[in-house]
Amino acid sequence: MIYDVAVIGGGPAGLAAAIEAHKKGAKVILIEREARLGGILKQCIHDGFGLVRFGKKLSGPEYAEIFIDEFRKENIEALTLTFVTKIQKTDGGFDISVVNRSGAQTLRSKTLILATGCRERTAKQVSIHGTRPSGVFTAGTAQHFTNLLGELPVKKCVILGSGDIGLIMARRLTLEGAKVLGVYEAKPTPSGLTRNIHQCLHDYGIPLYLSHTVTRVFGTDRLTAVEISKVDEKMQPIDGTQETVECDGLILSVGLIPENELAESLGVQLDPKTKGPVCDGSLMTSVEGVFSCGNALHVNDLVDYVSESGEQAGRAAAEYSLKKRSIVPVKAGGNLLYIVPQSIDLESDNSETVVYFRSREELNSCKLIIKSGEKIIAEKKYPFLRPPEMERLTVDFSRDKLDGSSPITAEIEVNGK
Amino acid sequence: MSKLVCIVCPRGCTMEVTENNGEYEVTGNFCKRGRDFAVAEQTMPMRTICSTVATAFKEAPVLPVRVSADIPKDKIFDVMQEINKVVVKERIGRGDIVIENVLGLGVDVIATASILKEAAE
Repeated sequence: MIYDVAVIGGGPAGLAAAIEAHKKGAKVILIEREARLGGILKQCIHDGFGLVRFGKKLSGPEYAEIFIDEFRKENIEALTLTFVTKIQKTDGGFDISVVNRSGAQTLRSKTLILATGCRERTAKQVSIHGTRPSGVFTAGTAQHFTNLLGELPVKKCVILGSGDIGLIMARRLTLEGAKVLGVYEAKPTPSGLTRNIHQCLHDYGIPLYLSHTVTRVFGTDRLTAVEISKVDEKMQPIDGTQETVECDGLILSVGLIPENELAESLGVQLDPKTKGPVCDGSLMTSVEGVFSCGNALHVNDLVDYVSESGEQAGRAAAEYSLKKRSIVPVKAGGNLLYIVPQSIDLESDNSETVVYFRSREELNSCKLIIKSGEKIIAEKKYPFLRPPEMERLTVDFSRDKLDGSSPITAEIEVNGK
Repeated sequence: MSKLVCIVCPRGCTMEVTENNGEYEVTGNFCKRGRDFAVAEQTMPMRTICSTVATAFKEAPVLPVRVSADIPKDKIFDVMQEINKVVVKERIGRGDIVIENVLGLGVDVIATASILKEAAE
């Protein structure tokens, strides 16, 4: 048995990819390491999912179950509680080694879709000094305890980092009766969506301290206190500003990194800006037949776009056949943090390419300009751009619109700068 | 005049509301929902709450729930108290009512996942 498409990961990206590839006539298998499909949405019980796609404010489980129901209705094959240990490229596709309760086996597929999501940065990656007591959690771990196991992991806590999951957990823990003393952010601006600052912190009187960080933790068995310091413009702690805050929990919401261990083992080229694979307009990576989508491709702030990229990858994988690509890079120029896709294959139909980007800093009254050589191929004005809020647009990269194979560059022009 | 950020959608418009003899003028909103939100914030702020209820099932000790429509902001902790009293003993699914007409507010607390049904399969 050789599958046309093997999807690794059963979260929103993988589900959308599998459903779309199946609808395009491909023989699909989805591999998920957990017992249940749905990925991280299972524990994201708050609402606000699906506004773009369904025009409704759904909770994470509700959003996920729409796709899980469809996946089941279409009778798509899935292996749960199954871990991918190795993937090897072969002449006709890929050999995927997996292990699960029935033992080890190898599956063959012509194409691969990596929908492996992302991981949270941990305490070790943000260099917090001191002892190693219990009570230090990533926001996702605290969310897992609270929303899936029904156990409140802290009574009185401090949150480091103003990422969305940290803000959501500030509200969630408060609702469950824990005291959230404050959210501390090393940067001078919040990392999460503005609406989350309002509905999760302001609504509950939780203070947000910008340009502050946790520099030390105290406690032997359990966390007893943290040391907070002010930081300078270079985010370095300022000596003499230390302050000790007593608490039994430190929750970290200090960033997400696309998970690409499998991609790297296949030699997929990664973009240092997104930390996900470099893709073309069809979301194919630098390795023929390997596609990437969702948070493995780049960290999204809305699941609606995770599903969209899953569908794009699913469609492209189902329609994939080996052909020579003519790759032109798409460069993220002035004021852009990143742009996806990072390249265009001139041999493909690029007339409706979905482009995602983020600005490097908060900008007002600005314009995104995409050029092929010196020729402008797309422009869009924005009243404001903020790095936490990803933007999406559709661009026509058809061959006749481009200036030959000149590099494509995207930049943001700020009015009056 | 007061300034506020819309929480209706991820766009997060910054809006200004001015009251003139009981009439509200809203600026900065991109859509009508923003206007409605801004006016409600001046008169009766409404919010959705999402939480979990305990279950009698070992494989899924809690079930996610939410209110079926927005509730007054000042009732959030009262509704949370009601939610925390519940122990679900039936294998109910997504959309099923957990608490009918909670505190007489005219909204139900409903389950948002079908994990209990799935676990029974």
